[in-house]
Amino acid sequence: MIRRFLTCLAATMTLGMTLGLPAQTQAAPLRIEITEGVIEPLPFAAPDFVAEGGNAGQLARDIAQLVADDLSGTGLFREIPDSAFISRVTSFSSPVQFADWKAINAQALVTGAVSLQSGGRLTVKFRLYDVFAGTELGSGLQFTGTQDGWRRMAHKVADAVYSRITGESGYFDSRVVYVSETGPKNDRKKRLAIMDYDGANVQFLTDSRSIVLAPRFSPTGDRILYTSYETGFPRIYVLDVASVRRRVLEEQNGTMSFAPRFSPDGQTVVYSLTQGGNTDLYKMDINSGRSQRLTSAPSIETAPSYSPDGSRIVFESDRSGTQQLYIMDANGGEPRRISFGQGQYGNPVWSPRGDLIAFTKQNKGRFHISVMRTDGSEERPLTSSFLDEGPTWSPNGRVIMFTRETQGANGKSSLYSVDITGRNLRRVRTQGGGSDPAWSPLQE
Amino acid sequence: MKKGLTRALMLTAVVALAACTDPNNVGNDVYLSGDPTNGVDGAAGDPRSPAYFQQTVGDRVLFAVNQSTLSPSAAQTLDLQADWLLQNMDFSAVIEGHADEQGTREYNLALGARRASEVRQYLIQRGIAPNRLKVVSFGKERPLAICSDESCYSQNRRGVTVLSAGLSS
Repeated sequence: MIRRFLTCLAATMTLGMTLGLPAQTQAAPLRIEITEGVIEPLPFAAPDFVAEGGNAGQLARDIAQLVADDLSGTGLFREIPDSAFISRVTSFSSPVQFADWKAINAQALVTGAVSLQSGGRLTVKFRLYDVFAGTELGSGLQFTGTQDGWRRMAHKVADAVYSRITGESGYFDSRVVYVSETGPKNDRKKRLAIMDYDGANVQFLTDSRSIVLAPRFSPTGDRILYTSYETGFPRIYVLDVASVRRRVLEEQNGTMSFAPRFSPDGQTVVYSLTQGGNTDLYKMDINSGRSQRLTSAPSIETAPSYSPDGSRIVFESDRSGTQQLYIMDANGGEPRRISFGQGQYGNPVWSPRGDLIAFTKQNKGRFHISVMRTDGSEERPLTSSFLDEGPTWSPNGRVIMFTRETQGANGKSSLYSVDITGRNLRRVRTQGGGSDPAWSPLQE
Repeated sequence: MKKGLTRALMLTAVVALAACTDPNNVGNDVYLSGDPTNGVDGAAGDPRSPAYFQQTVGDRVLFAVNQSTLSPSAAQTLDLQADWLLQNMDFSAVIEGHADEQGTREYNLALGARRASEVRQYLIQRGIAPNRLKVVSFGKERPLAICSDESCYSQNRRGVTVLSAGLSS
């Protein structure tokens, strides 16, 4: 069996695919249906990758571990510890001893090799095996990048494994922008920060002099919209991630602007503007700065979010007397109410797949992150706590990250994630407190 | 470098905590609302001083859950504020609207704006020139009382008239 690795050469990180055998065509037994909700995670083994060149031993171990952590973190997979292994993988090209992996019930096996060339150039390749079928699942892949980008390469391996077993795209090679919080409740310091989805590689984007709120990524992840009190009044800013330069978007005197979000084409920003105590929705062409009013009601209209095709906007309004969710055409017009249950409904976010809307539900003194279909049917709470709010979708629409604030004088905000079946509730690692997460698209 | 950053953050937190436990800061909205250098102060005994306005006239009014209508006692306080502002023409004010933590961030921002605007409209009706009164909402970002029950929430649902020297531009 000959497998040839084709490496794409590019400045940063590249993806190559083998010209080996075509992917499995028969019904593969190794399959997870995410929407079913997994109660028994799929056991897999990810032995240390093989160090093939340079001084890559530590990286080979770290990368295999990070791949395993990504997979286990989904709640869909369970890592079998090294101590249970019968076989060792000492060569990437040697045949796999399937019987040894079957014996420890590893249904999936991830093997890999790492080599470090001069100049810090790192190459990572991997293969995924369906142990019980005794076959390779998909074909080997190779990633090339720089040594300090090793975490991204591990995330890309994990994304490929996840994708082959679930049939859906992954979300590990992604970033999260959020508000980093320190200090007590009545004097909280807030700064914008950006990190990998798993909390690694934190970078601060603003200092703590002004309150900052609710950052949102552009569709390509290169820019961030957020609200800052830099001038003493809440205003919307757009920040370029690479240069960390920012400019104010909306600065009419005597107004406040907040709750911005990009349209799917990245050309338009929809947001709330408050004038004379009344909050309505507007949209602005980000290049010309021209704005257009979308709603005109004495009630509060805020927290707008575009459908993935850009044709509609979901938002919250208290025009009925309480906070409820509405959908309207992206150019305005008569909104249609979609929420009719008990309690209040806030900050709706359209899923990237277009099928669901996530939102914050407040009912009987509790807060929930919930989802419903876009027609308002099949409302389901995913979480419940003293204060959960501000959902953001993973790039594949299968996981939701949100803010959880604990009760009382020492209450603190943290980031959590949960999958759309309501399982696998996890705290996301951050330095200090965190709130208002926004998930980036999958990186290129 | 990461370690240094963490240490710096922890230091900030300690300093902030220290500031918070300073009894002189309690109830001082000028400080709590943001830039402490913006505020103006004076002896509380001097009826023309901001301290007198804050403590004797009363610089704040409170609101019911999710409401922005002024209660009779709130109107009484605002009557006194208006009288004071009419007698002290060299002061202008920023009216802050605040909400308790029981609500989503965006909604509370909008709700705080409604509250601040109600206060402003009332003061304008009582004869204060509109260009002396600005509004800003802090939503639930700057609670005054930090417990998680109604005794604190009722203090946090507030409109606060924060004086500044001179006419606002």
